[in-house]
Amino acid sequence: MKSMGATQDEYYRGVRMVPYDLVKELFLALAGVGLLALLAALILSSPDVAPVTIANWAQSDPVDFVTTATNELAGASTSAAYGNPYNTAGPGQSWGPIAPQKWFGTRIPVDSGNAFVIQPLQRASSSNTDLGKGLFAWQGATADQQAKWLDAYGKALPNATVTDGKVTVADGDYGPLPVMMSNLLGVAQAGGLDGLLVINGRFYQTDYTQPLLFMGDGGYLAGLAADAHLTGSLWGMMNETGSYPGQTWLWLYTMWYQVPPFTSSTGFLGLNSSNADLGIIILMTLLTVALALVPFIPILRDIPRWIPIHRLIWRQYYAPRGSTVRP
Amino acid sequence: MSATSNSWTLRLRQAIDRHLPMDHLLPDRQPYYVGSWVYVFGVVTIAALAWVVVSGVVLAFFGPQWWHDSRVGRFFNSLHFWSVQLFFIFMVLHLWGQYFMAGWRSGRAATWMIGVVIFAVSILTAFTGYLSQQNFDAQFIAINAKDAMNSAGIGAFFNVLNFGQMYGLHIMLLPIGVTILVVLHIVMVRTRGVVKPIDPEGGMRP
Repeated sequence: MKSMGATQDEYYRGVRMVPYDLVKELFLALAGVGLLALLAALILSSPDVAPVTIANWAQSDPVDFVTTATNELAGASTSAAYGNPYNTAGPGQSWGPIAPQKWFGTRIPVDSGNAFVIQPLQRASSSNTDLGKGLFAWQGATADQQAKWLDAYGKALPNATVTDGKVTVADGDYGPLPVMMSNLLGVAQAGGLDGLLVINGRFYQTDYTQPLLFMGDGGYLAGLAADAHLTGSLWGMMNETGSYPGQTWLWLYTMWYQVPPFTSSTGFLGLNSSNADLGIIILMTLLTVALALVPFIPILRDIPRWIPIHRLIWRQYYAPRGSTVRP
Repeated sequence: MSATSNSWTLRLRQAIDRHLPMDHLLPDRQPYYVGSWVYVFGVVTIAALAWVVVSGVVLAFFGPQWWHDSRVGRFFNSLHFWSVQLFFIFMVLHLWGQYFMAGWRSGRAATWMIGVVIFAVSILTAFTGYLSQQNFDAQFIAINAKDAMNSAGIGAFFNVLNFGQMYGLHIMLLPIGVTILVVLHIVMVRTRGVVKPIDPEGGMRP
């Protein structure tokens, strides 16, 4: 077997070799880059906007909070109608026969109405007779009756008023919903719901799926993100609060969300705004594979020869009176 | 065949000697055309990665809450943040430099491909870092990113709303992956040496 060392020696045969100190170069790079990072850290610091809590949300925008909770019960929120991996209420995204969201099933089950509204209220009802009666009435009602109450309450909420943090709607037949929502709002404003949704029957917990889904269903966090210019139409995930650069390396990924067919409702070849996430993930996967396979793709691998940037990089080599020995 | 040649230890040492002798791993001479600043992008990327790891180790040691409440912690977070930014800037410059030098020629395709994998895994590592910040950015990114992950079925296994999973991946598994891949990439570069300049009449095949 021919040794690799010999191969390298053969490869460079006839090429003039000059002294080069790789280790010194590495140490200089460590010092230079370290100094740059140090100066940037000292002068520019880094972003750290405090997270939004459910208590913040319930205190700052109680109508949005109650509307979101009502939608959870009605099965009309984003998470309640999401589909896999949380539930089977929605079909999920697909492109023709390609439906990976469906393939892997409900691996992170979330029953929004129960998890975000009923179960927290059940815990809070132990010393609250009115709430206990309200929950009993809710759970004893037929699905049709619940739907009528939810529909009426949902229609009244846009005209709700807020007094001392309490949400009041016009008189109507809402069943026990005003009592339930008033109590849920109270628990949330006191910070109890933040804990209840995270703890979820355990002591140690690091999974924030439920509170993040619940907050994502509401309009408060999205509004703060829009105020901070973070939203999808403004390049979304690569943005960061303040004037910090964010994940600029995601520019190509986020760019696709700004252009057809991913912005169009009709789309092209079955790709449109309704399955943009899946389409863009597939596209970026193909582009990444293509980048890895550049050495094997004619034209792509020939571009460096056609665009003579290499003549700038190896100026000395290509100089008319450059070094004497060419490979 | 002698008993000695059956020694796995001897065989491993001989293989290392054959494939990557020390004078190729740490050469003190390079071809005369290795004089461009483009060659520096690789080593400064490694230097930035070293600062990312050092600042990350300090942050990991004190835990994910520390840097929100401590000025020293905030400084180390800032150092980590800017080291990451520099790492990506240098890595992209290195990638473009190698593209226009057609660095995959003469048996170096695998080196190029490993480089692309490093780029992809680094993006994933940074992404989990953004999700592990425990601040408003992390919340917003998680809520938005879940849709992309779920649409591709990835979300069923890689739950961006699960801080514990993202944090574990960010401080342990993914950095180890990036580091191993970078070491492999460097070994491959040193094994074959730097590529020769593009010959106008020569091929561009790997």
